[in-house]
Amino acid sequence: MKAVVNVFLKAGVLDSQGKAVHHALESLHFNNVSNVRVGKQIIFNLDESDEQKAVTDVTKMCEELLANTVIEDYTIEFVK
Amino acid sequence: MKVTILQFPGTNCEYDTEHAFKSLGAKTEILWHKSESVPTDTDLLVVAGGFSYGDYLRSGAIAKFSPVMRAVTKYANEGGKVLGICNGFQVLTEAGLLPGALKRNESLHFLSKHHHLKVVNNDNIFLKELENGNIVNIPIAHHDGNYYIDEDGLKELYANNQVLLRYCGADGEEKNPNGSVDAIAGVCNKTKNVFGLMPHPERAMEALLGSSDGVKMLQGFLEA
Repeated sequence: MKAVVNVFLKAGVLDSQGKAVHHALESLHFNNVSNVRVGKQIIFNLDESDEQKAVTDVTKMCEELLANTVIEDYTIEFVK
Repeated sequence: MKVTILQFPGTNCEYDTEHAFKSLGAKTEILWHKSESVPTDTDLLVVAGGFSYGDYLRSGAIAKFSPVMRAVTKYANEGGKVLGICNGFQVLTEAGLLPGALKRNESLHFLSKHHHLKVVNNDNIFLKELENGNIVNIPIAHHDGNYYIDEDGLKELYANNQVLLRYCGADGEEKNPNGSVDAIAGVCNKTKNVFGLMPHPERAMEALLGSSDGVKMLQGFLEA
């Protein structure tokens, strides 16, 4: 299966890049935009048939490496 | 006095750091990150600045898994003195040896210039040669120097005198170059043997090159 991990700064932690993108969108006259967040996506194949084990493994990867939980939140999705 | 300086792929301040400590009379050794131990005669371990592992994923995120980092953690937990400068500070926060995290500068620009800093707490081996309120002029050179810690963490830092330095103007007025919480430029751990700062004291050793204020900072370690 394929794992898709999204990492974003936590709500409450100022996202300067999101703010800059928001300003740029406004300068293009998109005045209906709010709450822009810039994050990163990490995609990889996971050779694992046990779904529970896959969730446990990827959660551990996020906690230990893929996200810095002092400032970032993450979401995990699986695509078959 | 023996100073051991860590070198990861992408570290680029190890020789400046070596030069700085040698000029103060210390013996030095540069230690490649594959080493699984810290030399036993080490009095101070420095995690030097640069771009370890190209800052991939996050600054300092990959370096914390280098073989040497397990030995560094053990060394620090046993009371050994550790100083992280710039990328070294980022590595130490990622490794959990220092509280908080370093985010992208608020302006999103890489900053490379001299900046003034105010000494907040000198009751530690690092800053004991300076007085609280002293202002030093030290170069900064970073993209991810925006120090973040949550409100509870910040209270704890102040309660334990762990805030070492804050950015300021030439006369001590408020000035925050990168958006850091409370303009914090450097902190230490609770037991005051692990220190981290974004500015580069090792680049402020000769007045001819702009400032020699780094001498008083690094000297603290030598006069233990």
